[in-house]
Amino acid sequence: MQDFADAFRLAFALLVQLDPNLVEIVALSLQVTLSAVALACAIGFPAGAALAAAKFPGRGAVIVILNTMMSLPPVVIGLLVYMLVSNAGPLGFMQLLYTPGAMIMAQTILVTPLVAALGRQVLADFHDEYDETFRSMAVPWRKQVAALLWDARYSLLTVALAGFGRAVAEVGAVIIVGGNIAHVTRVMTTAIALETSRGDLALALALGIVLLVVAVTINAAVMVLRASAQRLAYV
Amino acid sequence: MTSETRSSGCGSDIRQLTVRGLCHDIAGKRVLENIDLSLQSQGVTAIMGANGAGKSILIRILHGLLRPSGGTVSWGGRAMTRDMLRSQAFVPQSPVLLRRSVAANLKFALTLRRRRDISTRLDALLALADLADKADQPARTLSGGEQQRLALARALATDPKVLFLDEVTASLDPANTLAIETVIRRVSDDGTRVLLVSHDLGQGKRVADDVVFLHRGRLAEHSPAKTFFSQPVSAEARGYCEGRIVL
Repeated sequence: MQDFADAFRLAFALLVQLDPNLVEIVALSLQVTLSAVALACAIGFPAGAALAAAKFPGRGAVIVILNTMMSLPPVVIGLLVYMLVSNAGPLGFMQLLYTPGAMIMAQTILVTPLVAALGRQVLADFHDEYDETFRSMAVPWRKQVAALLWDARYSLLTVALAGFGRAVAEVGAVIIVGGNIAHVTRVMTTAIALETSRGDLALALALGIVLLVVAVTINAAVMVLRASAQRLAYV
Repeated sequence: MTSETRSSGCGSDIRQLTVRGLCHDIAGKRVLENIDLSLQSQGVTAIMGANGAGKSILIRILHGLLRPSGGTVSWGGRAMTRDMLRSQAFVPQSPVLLRRSVAANLKFALTLRRRRDISTRLDALLALADLADKADQPARTLSGGEQQRLALARALATDPKVLFLDEVTASLDPANTLAIETVIRRVSDDGTRVLLVSHDLGQGKRVADDVVFLHRGRLAEHSPAKTFFSQPVSAEARGYCEGRIVL
């Protein structure tokens, strides 16, 4: 019990002192995760909107595959990206292995199916509502996709948040392609795993607290945004 | 059979409607039965009848939103095409407004036709809908009457040659109804062909040039409005005009 209390005390000390090691890990984590989520949203939302608005043969099968990809294990994605970016892989020339770039790539692949599939569901509901209006006004397909994405922007924030949650808490893929190298590719989850195994509970705990605070802050911000959008009947 | 090209000698005015043998089934039930109809290129036609008579389905088929189970619909002697659809506009009873401001809803429609005078047209449409002071307000926070006026203005933003209105004043107060009827008359006078689904006998008398009366999915009567309201021919139309419950 004494160890437990000491770990908490030390963790709070690290947080209050803005320990440089801690700050570096947190900053890299946010850089990797936010970049990956932004890329995943840039790919996944238009793909989801296209799937919601378009009717084509095999659409059902594409949706099933997309939904299945949501549950891809992070370690499998890590392995796939490792094979792609290792020296012998097709993207080996980019020298991305054990860099934040490879971690962003892995998390983007991890999160894109999630935001595309959840986004498609949100956008399909919007499309059902707008469909007759779009058809009546002969709205071109691309304009329909753009309109859906814009009008559903506040609802899609929640989807992006789900993507952020999956990426920021993920450890399997980033440890394979990033290697958990200090000052280079060490992020919160990999550092927590490492420090716990080494018995340095204070740093692990401090990182855990930061992880929770980040998640709560982003959730709260999205909730405030959605509430204001709701007042304007934009949701 | 769906809408198909029919050389009917109707001329090339795409505001001129010809319907032949139109049928439509929903879930195995016939809701429109063998409708033949010809409408001239000018004026306001009121499509009237009791609930379930098939008015809203008919107007959606005429606009190309529904594919008929049988028969043909032609505009100016030609089947509906995408270009033709672009020259038509439709306002339903419960309009679906985009989750944007009033002005943004109108701009969306204006940009669909790649207009260069968007700013001028936007001001004119806001004035037409009497919503100039609410241009920046979120559209979905407007009152029911304001939303309907906005939907009508958005439909007119595409400069339609044919305008379909499905019970657009059904839940509006007299002031909003009058505002919308004034716009209907004005656009009709400017050459837009208007097809208006309505339950309201008074509205039919005020705005319609001719009346299409449906009863249980069949065309019971099509006659000039004055004739329809003063001397309806069919028993169903007579009962309807006299305010009796027609089943």
